[in-house]
Amino acid sequence: MPLEVDDLTVELGGRRVVDGVTFTVPTGGWLSVLGPNGAGKSTLLRAVAGLVPATGRVRLDGEDLCRLGRRARARRVALVPQRPELPRGMTVVDYVLLGRTAHAGFLAGYSRRDHDVVRTTLRRLDLLGLAHRELTTLSGGELRRAVIARALAQDASLLLLDEPTAALDVGRQQEVLELVDELRRERALIVVGALHDLTLAGQFADRLVLLDDGRVAVDGDARRVLTPETVRRHFGATVRILEDPGGVVVIPVREPVRGRDPQPITATPKTRPTR
Amino acid sequence: MHDGALRTARLPLRWGMAAGGLLVAVVLLGIVVGPAGISIGDVFRSLVARLDGGEGLDPRMEAILWEIRIPRVVLGGLVGAALAGSGATYQGVFRNPLADPYLLGVAAGAGLGATLAITSGWTATWGPVGPLPLAAFVGGLLGVGLTYLVGSAAGRTNLALILAGIAVAAFLTAVQTYVQQRHADTLREVYGWILGRLSTVGWTEVVVITPYLVVAAAITVAARGLLDVLAVGDEEATALGISPARVRNVLVVAATLGAASAVAVSGLIGFVGIIVPHTIRLVVGASYRAILPLSFVLGAAFLILADVLARTVVAPAELPIGVVTAFFGAPFFALVLRTTRGGMGDAARGR
Repeated sequence: MPLEVDDLTVELGGRRVVDGVTFTVPTGGWLSVLGPNGAGKSTLLRAVAGLVPATGRVRLDGEDLCRLGRRARARRVALVPQRPELPRGMTVVDYVLLGRTAHAGFLAGYSRRDHDVVRTTLRRLDLLGLAHRELTTLSGGELRRAVIARALAQDASLLLLDEPTAALDVGRQQEVLELVDELRRERALIVVGALHDLTLAGQFADRLVLLDDGRVAVDGDARRVLTPETVRRHFGATVRILEDPGGVVVIPVREPVRGRDPQPITATPKTRPTR
Repeated sequence: MHDGALRTARLPLRWGMAAGGLLVAVVLLGIVVGPAGISIGDVFRSLVARLDGGEGLDPRMEAILWEIRIPRVVLGGLVGAALAGSGATYQGVFRNPLADPYLLGVAAGAGLGATLAITSGWTATWGPVGPLPLAAFVGGLLGVGLTYLVGSAAGRTNLALILAGIAVAAFLTAVQTYVQQRHADTLREVYGWILGRLSTVGWTEVVVITPYLVVAAAITVAARGLLDVLAVGDEEATALGISPARVRNVLVVAATLGAASAVAVSGLIGFVGIIVPHTIRLVVGASYRAILPLSFVLGAAFLILADVLARTVVAPAELPIGVVTAFFGAPFFALVLRTTRGGMGDAARGR
């Protein structure tokens, strides 16, 4: 299997934040990592990217990522962070060019090929028109595309997405995930993404891993993982699951409050105070 | 947009040529301005004579030109380049547009070293180097070393280093003030050094600091692209394939070497390390791939120009050059902030 994560464990401050996680993802596959807040989703992605000390094994195309240096690793694994740092005054094209750092000559001499890759990436992500805009002037959706463009410019075969749709409206959420889906098909990328939205996670990923307290609680396809019982047990939420041609749909449902009849909402006309 | 119009922040040719042209013009101005009337034609005649062995100017004018004017202009250029280049590097490394080359205790350490050299009457020399620059240089490096030592104990993060720099500078300044107060007879000399000056004895200072400046400039300019990578924070920079701590250490050492050697021969000249990179940033954008090389060139031009003013405003007396850089630099800076896009400027608001 192209991505093999085996018994990955991360301890931070004496606590096991990721605890013996094991999974595999085939070439061109999309794995969504789910879980309640604090379950260890982001830490798992950071461990795969080599950003936190971890034990266990991460192999990509048979190569042990833990043995690679930073540059070599950055040519194989690209991370789209949840809250990227946006250098003030930096333009989109210069930001995307940062994705070529691991390919550039020693001391960041960018080659013609680096510039060609950036140009191709900007064109593919429909960012050419925004190339000279400053990052801080972009809308939420445009900014996400710029961050994804930087990751794509790394030319890595594994794309890690940490909450790529956070703070986006529903249209931009779909747009970003459709884009990632198209890119992974075009380039046979392996995508591992942490997502909060259970419906979107189920509809875009081939396989889901649900983490709770750092451990894999359930894994499998959306129909196996996204059940009312699983969601109640691990998220403490009441949901209904609907079948749709696009995949399963998870709808949060408010439980009726016992012993209290719903009060009709009535509008009381304002009366002008009499003098 | 047409694909061919895609511009990255490589140093734009027109800016590079404009900065180079300005430097050449300011160098010529620095050479011809002074009590002894030397024209641009004289400068070229003397230069040609030196190259092909023809007849130059009369010996007195040759001496003024080659032993007084040109060394002083060259020294001003080197010191200005070092201060502006180091300032830009520190700003990139610490991700703070208001960081200056004296941030980590170079100034306080050099100040203490210089004060000790002046008050003790040391006569130790190192080759052609006198006790004052030697003590200032060593003091500056020790100041930064102490900051690193204190900062390491607190985790060696950016914030820890900056706070350690403040603590070390305060401590060394206190010691320096104490030594200064105990030797009131040398107060004027110490004060003169602290205000900064560009007085030369022939080419000695130029020869002494050039190797350090060349090393500092070569490292920082070569690594300018990595300063842009540091701008996205340590974690993202690591994910992009660099070691932020290693890059930071190399660049801080290089920038400190430049700042310490500049301080050693010129005293404390304030403002250059902030005003020059900051003005460039407001005009050409936030990428250090353009800011850093331009800082070296325009820092040189700025300090040569400031020195021309220091020599001429109250001639035949001289103003301390630090007074000139602040007096003319601050209003110019305010003007740039007002007239540049973004009003007060994004960089001024911090990141």
